[in-house]
Amino acid sequence: MTIRVGESAEAPPFQKAALPLLEDPQLRKNVRHATDVIQRKRGLVVAEQTDWQELRNAASAIKAHTLRHLDHYLVQFERACTAGGGQVHWAADADEANRIIAGLVKQYGGNEVIKIKTMTSDETGLNEALERDGIRAHETDLAELIIQLGRDRPSHIVVPALHKNRSQVREIFRERMHLPELGDQPEDLTAAARHYLREKFLNVKIGVCGANFLVAETGSVCIVESEGNGRMCLTLPDVLISLAGIEKVIPLFQDLEVFLQLLPRSATGERMNPYNSLWTGVHPGDGPKHFHVVLLDNGRTGILADAEARQTLQCIRCAACLNACPVYRQTGGHAYGSSYSGPIGAIVTPQLLNMRQGQTLPYASSLCGACYEVCPVRINIPEVLIHLRGRVVREQKSTLDPEALAMKAAAAIFTSRTRFEAAQRLGRLGQAPMVSKGWMRNLPGMLGNWTRVRDLRALPPQTFREWWKAREKAAGKGSHA
Amino acid sequence: MPETREEILARIRSALRDAGDREVAAERAAIARGYIRSGHLGPEARLHLFMDRLRDYDAHVVETSADSLPRTIAALLAEHNQKKVIAAAGLPEGLLPGELSFIPEKQADIQDLNDCDGIVTICTSAIAATGTIVLTHGPGEGRRRLTLLPDRHLCVVRAEQVVETVPEAIERLGGLATHPLTFISGPSATADIEMTRIRGVHGPRFLEVVLVR
Ligand code: SF4
Repeated sequence: MTIRVGESAEAPPFQKAALPLLEDPQLRKNVRHATDVIQRKRGLVVAEQTDWQELRNAASAIKAHTLRHLDHYLVQFERACTAGGGQVHWAADADEANRIIAGLVKQYGGNEVIKIKTMTSDETGLNEALERDGIRAHETDLAELIIQLGRDRPSHIVVPALHKNRSQVREIFRERMHLPELGDQPEDLTAAARHYLREKFLNVKIGVCGANFLVAETGSVCIVESEGNGRMCLTLPDVLISLAGIEKVIPLFQDLEVFLQLLPRSATGERMNPYNSLWTGVHPGDGPKHFHVVLLDNGRTGILADAEARQTLQCIRCAACLNACPVYRQTGGHAYGSSYSGPIGAIVTPQLLNMRQGQTLPYASSLCGACYEVCPVRINIPEVLIHLRGRVVREQKSTLDPEALAMKAAAAIFTSRTRFEAAQRLGRLGQAPMVSKGWMRNLPGMLGNWTRVRDLRALPPQTFREWWKAREKAAGKGSHA
Repeated sequence: MPETREEILARIRSALRDAGDREVAAERAAIARGYIRSGHLGPEARLHLFMDRLRDYDAHVVETSADSLPRTIAALLAEHNQKKVIAAAGLPEGLLPGELSFIPEKQADIQDLNDCDGIVTICTSAIAATGTIVLTHGPGEGRRRLTLLPDRHLCVVRAEQVVETVPEAIERLGGLATHPLTFISGPSATADIEMTRIRGVHGPRFLEVVLVR
């Protein structure tokens, strides 16, 4: 079995990958602008939802419960989806998933597919695998189209092209769509995409999508989107193939009432995104005649086995933690070397890879806790980060390089009984020798590479999180958690 | 591969050895759902909230009475000079203005959907708090593509179909859960370029809601 998470296998360590990005002022400006806008919108619609904390608690409990009974709910989903006329496939790793999908496309006589944005297919490298089999994949989400035509990589889970501004997008479209006269207003660019893709929607016979939720009770699949490209791909083709991680299942149809309130507000700062679609197998006379779901493991069962990190699988990929993360906001997503970036990427990528690659990622964080505060399913990301740092050190015992030793020392702190709080307290006491005029310049170990390029504000007397909050407030943004 | 299925399920079961008591239903029933289930607004305030939220997301809203509904629809279509309009199969008798002609959905092929000026449907329910209309694609609501390819969607919502909260809408849908479902909140939109909200990427650029009370 070979587990792959996008391009993570070839990716350099985070601290190294971050360097050129930190020196790209345009990229940093674009990332800052986009995350500021989403955070502001999110703050408004979250404040309006007076039962936000109760919704988060329920979501977290539902997800934790589902994970504890994942075998039960997957089998139930499989049965219900099959009863509705769908076909369910199981894939142990990325290659198996890609093979199944390519096989289906060929079985139905296709040589191209239209795709709804799916991070899971970035994870498996589906487009490249299809390409090798002579199948062309057309991305239809505007941001994914920008990435695909610009031969770029996604840098955000929800808005994958947020590192590009309008004139950069115009250059890509001008060249790849052969539109020399194209203007640079977002309206012009959107209209170009509408025109470019309409013909594909009307002609390509096979659609590929991910899944936001798989409902075990009914066998339904739910896709949440804004542009309508999703609805096009899931209703117009004759064949629809959905690639979904095994953690996407939820028990009841009723559970949607929780997630459909949390996800749009967290992801795009909308009360509800323009379109949510649900379907159950095939619906005679309406939509595709054939429907397949590929359930993907690719390292997820390994995460499930680690009780302290299991909560990682609760993630609904809203990207609120990216937008809130002071590290992500500086670097953007590419430094994480994986389809998953930001705080969730820092915990999910190395775990999917069974801690054999991406070990620097758990250090790509200041443990400020902003990610935990905004997470709609209450994943305690700092706690998981500390746990994973411990694993990195323990599982690399034989490595004698000084950084590993420094990490080992840090791990002794991080794995102590009271964990996060203790680490913070000790951190506050222990950092004195490293502080010069209130700025930390040399942190031990892996984080050292980080501070070499980014001065980190020292913590005392507040925690980073308290400081960050005050800073945001001073900037007029308020706190959104 | 059937072996893969068994292999993954076995890995899950071994990963969950620590999970203890495996009584699924009881554990699920014990999940605390402390969030707001039913709304607290009176009928008037609820409808106002619904209209506000629709307008907030760029939908156009008009109110009318059951008696004037056909006239209101005719006026809206005339306002945008819509001539080639497709009517969803199974619309209630007397909903459409008798003096105008509509293309029946059953006769419209995909090219007609792509070229027409607009379409008329009803819906199953609507959510005030989020400005959402819910289609279950039964009679009068059209196949899913009907409300997707055309540029204008005119949707008739009856006041009693409007609930305040998302949980109320989900509860009402209960028996229809395995139908194809589409939740529509405003016209299609994107903010992928510099987070500027642009209306109408691939779905209808204009959503017109006629509220009948
Ligand atoms: S970890 Fe939480 S905040 Fe981050 S993407 Fe996942 S659900 Fe959203």
